[in-house]
Amino acid sequence: MCTYQTERIDVQGSGKGAAGWFALRHAQVYFDHPVHARDEHTVNIDFLDPAGGPAARVAVELGRESAAELARAILHTLESTPDV
Amino acid sequence: MYDGIQAESIKLAGHGGDQIEAYLARPLGPGPYPGVVVIHHMPGYDAPTKEITRTFAVHGYAAVCPNLYWREAPGADPDDAAATARAAGGVPDDRLLGDVAGAAAFLRGLTYANGKVGVIGYCSGGRQSFLAACSLDLDAAVDCYGAFVSGKVPEGLGIQVRPILDLAPQMSCPLLGLFGQEDKYPTPDEVDELEAALKDAGKTYEFHRYEGAGHAFFSVNRPSYRVEAAVDGWQRIWAHFGEYLKA
Repeated sequence: MCTYQTERIDVQGSGKGAAGWFALRHAQVYFDHPVHARDEHTVNIDFLDPAGGPAARVAVELGRESAAELARAILHTLESTPDV
Repeated sequence: MYDGIQAESIKLAGHGGDQIEAYLARPLGPGPYPGVVVIHHMPGYDAPTKEITRTFAVHGYAAVCPNLYWREAPGADPDDAAATARAAGGVPDDRLLGDVAGAAAFLRGLTYANGKVGVIGYCSGGRQSFLAACSLDLDAAVDCYGAFVSGKVPEGLGIQVRPILDLAPQMSCPLLGLFGQEDKYPTPDEVDELEAALKDAGKTYEFHRYEGAGHAFFSVNRPSYRVEAAVDGWQRIWAHFGEYLKA
């Protein structure tokens, strides 16, 4: 299935793509067919800088469990570190 | 019988006269040949879609696949282009129709054309194929598991798409529909809804639903590929286009 379901957020930070590091502006998260992963569907995350063109993208395709673990790890990291 | 084909990237006039990239595959015989517009799936204008386009040429059709993401991502890798198009909210329906109309006009203008043009689309292209069949003057259409033709669009989808079942009475040509019974986009109930609308409108259609298959069963490079459904589906496509485009 192509779910079409897409979450989009603005982000601040940097990512490393095929051409090196670049500033990130947006991220989108969707559950759909992967390009590379060998699952029928994955949680796909794109980190994007539209000003840098389509290739300014860091992409990951994660199985559902992996995506949930990643989300938990990010939240745990944020909760367990001081707000500086 | 001579079986040579030629395939290459070209430019054609799409929506608004924009010059967009397209992939043309054609038999090298004298013709006349019918035309087929191939609408790529949501993952984009990729190598497997070009392979599909060449397959039509092997079977005696001049086929052209417009790159629907050309404006957002000219020259980009297909996966980057698909991500860019998704980030932009997807392809607007009016632009899609302009691009398909341009591709159809291009095919009709070929010196070896027989004047008939069909359209086929996969995944999001399935819906777009139905949209084109209801909006443009075409001779045959194939919808391969297109979602959001019928049913309801969830809130916050993030992609600009609307159900288009209300267009069924305007359909200009016979429709072949190929669907997986395990698909959730569209569900079997949504396929039934489309079939009922076509029946009520007195349209010519033929639907096939495959057990054990879900979405994207034609995608040879993905785990969703289902050989029995795909092989039978191709036979249905040759029969449908053979009847309405070659006759």
